[in-house]
Amino acid sequence: MTSPQHIDPSQISEQATIKVPNWKSDAKPFVQIENITKKFDDFTAVDNISLDIYKNELFCLLGGSGSGKSTLLRMLAGFEAPTSGRILIDGVDMAGIQPWNRPVNMMFQSYALFPHLTVAENVAFGLKREGVRGAEVKKRVAEMLDLVQLGHLGKRKPNQLSGGQRQRVALARSLIKRPKLLLLDEPLGALDKKLREETQFELINIQDELGVTFVVVTHDQEEAMTLASRIGVMNHGVIVQTDEPQDVYEYPNSRFVAEFIGSVNLFEGQVTVDEPDTVCVTSPEAGAELCVNHGISCAPNQDVHVAVRPEKIRVTENRPDQKYNCVQGTILDIAYMGSLSVFKVKLASGKEVRVTQPNTNRESGGRFTWDDNVYLSWDMDSCVVLTS
Amino acid sequence: MKRRSLFLNTSAGLGFLFLYAPIIALIVYSFNASKLVTVWGGWSLKWYVELFNNEQIIDAALLSFEIAFITATLAVVLGTMAGFVLSRFGPFRGKMILSGWISAPLVMPEVITGLSLLLLFVAMESAFGWPAGRGTGTIIIAHTTFCMAYVAVIVQARLSSMDESLEEAAMDLGAKPSSLFFLVTLPLISPAIISGWLLSFTLSLDDLVIASFVSGPGNSTLPMVIFSKVRLGVTPEVNALATLMILVVALGVIGAMYQMRRQARLLAQPDN
Repeated sequence: MTSPQHIDPSQISEQATIKVPNWKSDAKPFVQIENITKKFDDFTAVDNISLDIYKNELFCLLGGSGSGKSTLLRMLAGFEAPTSGRILIDGVDMAGIQPWNRPVNMMFQSYALFPHLTVAENVAFGLKREGVRGAEVKKRVAEMLDLVQLGHLGKRKPNQLSGGQRQRVALARSLIKRPKLLLLDEPLGALDKKLREETQFELINIQDELGVTFVVVTHDQEEAMTLASRIGVMNHGVIVQTDEPQDVYEYPNSRFVAEFIGSVNLFEGQVTVDEPDTVCVTSPEAGAELCVNHGISCAPNQDVHVAVRPEKIRVTENRPDQKYNCVQGTILDIAYMGSLSVFKVKLASGKEVRVTQPNTNRESGGRFTWDDNVYLSWDMDSCVVLTS
Repeated sequence: MKRRSLFLNTSAGLGFLFLYAPIIALIVYSFNASKLVTVWGGWSLKWYVELFNNEQIIDAALLSFEIAFITATLAVVLGTMAGFVLSRFGPFRGKMILSGWISAPLVMPEVITGLSLLLLFVAMESAFGWPAGRGTGTIIIAHTTFCMAYVAVIVQARLSSMDESLEEAAMDLGAKPSSLFFLVTLPLISPAIISGWLLSFTLSLDDLVIASFVSGPGNSTLPMVIFSKVRLGVTPEVNALATLMILVVALGVIGAMYQMRRQARLLAQPDN
């Protein structure tokens, strides 16, 4: 049995100076997931996934329920054994290594705080299993509780805490053993919206400070966007796209990703112009020619989709002076949301387009009204062509 | 607070009267000074004094308490093991049948349980000489068999309502399965175990039918002594004894209920 190699305390301060995740460098991957498959009877929860995660990354596995993201996380923790493939953490093959011997800790979705122990005892649990005793335990528990700003609540029982406090106890408990890799299962799922936003940034700060590699599982795209250094979008046991949050949003590689993250308008059409830096698509649905200023690998007349995010579309009364990416329709519905207004515009083809406009001044909410005839337009670098 | 209708109040009153009038009558008559059970002769504690001077009754009571204590302890150990297997073994072939078998003694008529155990003990004695004759030991074995079913059911219910990620969290933090049970699982189900112990204790103390089948000469439990005395006529002394037994049983049941509520609070997921 190999003993868990936990991070040396002296290393932590050193790593704390590294603020920018260095996964872009050609460094050796810290977690290597190689052709992992997990089957439950006939159901394939995780289907031949390969993924590298680098040191100090905050990697987000994003997917709906049943996408296999939790199963993948549980395989990293050691609660499930892969049907095939292997997982290496810091170069060590994890096959056959039990959860209690892995250099990995997990923060559970339900937090799983021990209800019969106080906050301090909960946090100390992992240390005591390592054989740490006495004053050392006290000191490290106090340090960890201070880190999550709960130093004054050590004597409380978990059921005397609020949801946000319990979340931080769970975080402190999973960090006390100084794991090389921290797994977080829907870390903010049980918190209300305001608390989530605060906690998101706290989580990032703590990750920066300790230099632990985080793998977060979530179904919440907003959470993934703010937290992650990279996002892996999962669907049906497969990672569909792995990229930085901005790239996942701006350059989705498939209709699934485009629709799963944020909202998007998709226009079906056929490729008419296919050049290295321009692709044009004739879309009967849009009733216009749609052009994109990036090349894709496609064949002429291939059926593709052009995706435009609602916030990238301009709404104007008169036809703008542009040849491409301009469609005409009538306003079907308006929703005033305070900071922005959402318009539903119906095109001649019957297609409904969703547009959001920022309310830059107090009057801009009332610029258009129902049944107004409007033009929708966007730039060539605002949309993407999706072949799958 | 909403006012309850006359109908509800009357129903509740009649229901409780039906349940508790006989017991209250028994308790009141245990303080009767008169020698005749049915004639009220003023308040007195003399039957309690007489009771404590009756060696036969005191011996039977001590024997009953001893049996109940050992039974409850054995039932808790075996029942917890059974409940643990049922809730944590995962799906296995025959799980339904096994859990049915464990709870069968709950609904089995006591006469049948008693008779079958008697036959088993007799057969075992003639086959390999154990148990040699019947007495305290056989009563304990018999009581343990049906009490452990209660404990198993209570423990299983508690374990299945417990968040399994608690145990995973403990493993994740470095607890091996062996220490995991004593550090996390056992403390969390301890109220269920205590309530199982108290229930087993009262069930064993109460039992007349099974004990009559499997006890031997000179090993009469308290319910057996009461039953034989009553057949000769109800004496005020028996009323006093019954009152004391009600007290003990009530304490046991109240204790068990308190522990179960404590358990519910312990395992409840506190809300935000």
